[in-house]
Amino acid sequence: MQDQKDIKKTTYKDYAEKRASPSPLIRDTFLAFIFGGALCVAGQGLTALCLAWTGSEKTAGTLASLALIAIASILTGFGVFDKAARYGGAGMLVPITGFSNAMTSPAIDAKSEGWVLGVGAKIFNVAGPVILYGTLSSAVYGLIYYVLKTIIL
Amino acid sequence: MVRTVRPEHPVSVTVTAAVGGKKEWNGPLGARFDYIDESDRFGKKTWEQSEAESQAIALRLALNKSSLRETDLDAVVAGDLLNQCSSSSYGLMNFRIPFLGIFGACSTPAEGLLISTLMLDGGHYRRIGVVSSSHFCSAERQFRAPVEYGGQRPPTAQWTVTGAGAFILENAPGRVQIDGLQIGRIVDAGIDDPGNMGAAMAPAAFEAFRDFFEFSGKKPADYDLILTGDLGAEGSAILKELALRAGIDLKRHNDCGLMIYDRATQDVQSGGSGCGCSAAVMASYILPQMFEGNVGSVLYAATGALMSADAVKQGLCIPGIAHIVSLKADMKNNRGERAQ
Amino acid sequence: MIYLKAFLFGGLICAIAQILIDRTKLTPARILVGAVVAGVCLSALGIYGPFKEFAGAGAAVPLTGFGHLLAEGVRTAIDEKGAIGILTGGLTASSAGIAAAMLFAYVSALIFRSKSK
Repeated sequence: MQDQKDIKKTTYKDYAEKRASPSPLIRDTFLAFIFGGALCVAGQGLTALCLAWTGSEKTAGTLASLALIAIASILTGFGVFDKAARYGGAGMLVPITGFSNAMTSPAIDAKSEGWVLGVGAKIFNVAGPVILYGTLSSAVYGLIYYVLKTIIL
Repeated sequence: MVRTVRPEHPVSVTVTAAVGGKKEWNGPLGARFDYIDESDRFGKKTWEQSEAESQAIALRLALNKSSLRETDLDAVVAGDLLNQCSSSSYGLMNFRIPFLGIFGACSTPAEGLLISTLMLDGGHYRRIGVVSSSHFCSAERQFRAPVEYGGQRPPTAQWTVTGAGAFILENAPGRVQIDGLQIGRIVDAGIDDPGNMGAAMAPAAFEAFRDFFEFSGKKPADYDLILTGDLGAEGSAILKELALRAGIDLKRHNDCGLMIYDRATQDVQSGGSGCGCSAAVMASYILPQMFEGNVGSVLYAATGALMSADAVKQGLCIPGIAHIVSLKADMKNNRGERAQ
Repeated sequence: MIYLKAFLFGGLICAIAQILIDRTKLTPARILVGAVVAGVCLSALGIYGPFKEFAGAGAAVPLTGFGHLLAEGVRTAIDEKGAIGILTGGLTASSAGIAAAMLFAYVSALIFRSKSK
């Protein structure tokens, strides 16, 4: 009896998943490509500008990232970023602009709960996992790198 | 065991009021709302307070329309989507009316009508208010992501309605009487995708209709309109397929989630949802149409997806529910009252 | 030329992420985590460094570039300071970006308030 019911459940789930019209893949992917590509071109342009200004390639790259973070944060504040991301999708989220939006949106949102327990606590709600797993995986890589280096040398 | 109840005494809906935001104003029913705030804020600072205020406005409007004072209500039954029913409690706390807070997700307005009908039919109460609300921004905050977060929605997703509906019910004959009720069972159809709540709720709506037609002796053809709460385009299509297979004819079916927005131009994917969705559609459009005698009988089944944000993260299924309220407009009485 | 390469490869990374969002159960948050971890791995395997030389901002701007930054930072720190670099390298290298994101997010929270959609 229980088995029969479970089979029915999986059948309905399959049926519902099959009939649900999927996201328009070609359109979404094309838009992600265009938006993401355009943001990278902007990053390249900003890097060139900063290079002319500072003369250091490394600093220029960092400054370009900072500029993109700042722009994305302001656009998030004006409520423009999420509208653009509705079209650009991963093209807006995967570049560093998405990281900035992931920090700014909970910060603005959590204002109503105050500056410490609201903004302070929730600012990492969306971007926290990125920082955690990025740092974690880099530390794991560092450990492996260090061990290999010590053994080999 | 599912029971289909027919009230023993007359219970009628006497007045309704609907409140909405900007997107609702731009929808096909926009002009029928009693009150619109295009900022969606209703004069308050936070989205939660805005939603609470929308309930207060809706109830106050309903009272004003019928020239009643708050002391004329014996109870108010209200619900919303937020944790601990907070929009209802905070919105209605200044009214000093005996209060019951209920939760049935998007099925809340039907749950409220159902409970108050039973209270009135039982004879202990004379006049009860029902209020139900949702707010896009407060729902996003609780169930999904920060409002300004740049996410994409799948085509099966539904847009939470910013709005509230208020109803006043009396234990007396009136223009629109409630002549049937059915409390729904929780139906777990195995759907765990919060982006497809229509599919999670459709089986509950189907079961509710199947049981209702079996137990009440009524047929789909007895109704001018068979109305589901908010299945959206996806859930409505599934409901129709399920009904067709069971030999139930739902030709006169419509869905509140499809009526409140124009899906072609308003970017709402599968349609509207939320405790305010069918409440606002019923209060702004369906019941006024019945008051005016344009629609004779409506079978209203509000559907709800009874999940929490954490349950979804824990990978649990989304249980669906559908409560039925059968409404009948008394055309004779209607003319009589108008003549006065 | 570098602009064209930045466009094509940056766009390509985003397009792959979009396909994953649309066709798998992966939510955007998971995609972002995946992109950073993928960047760390590709950098560890010595692939992302040359790719960045080639594609410029097309490799630096996507979050995979953030992962590369972390991995590169750890590598350099270990080379210079030894074992302590395992812990200090990643966050030191990415500190500017993270601090800036926090700062701008906070300032935005001071200036703006949530708008209805």
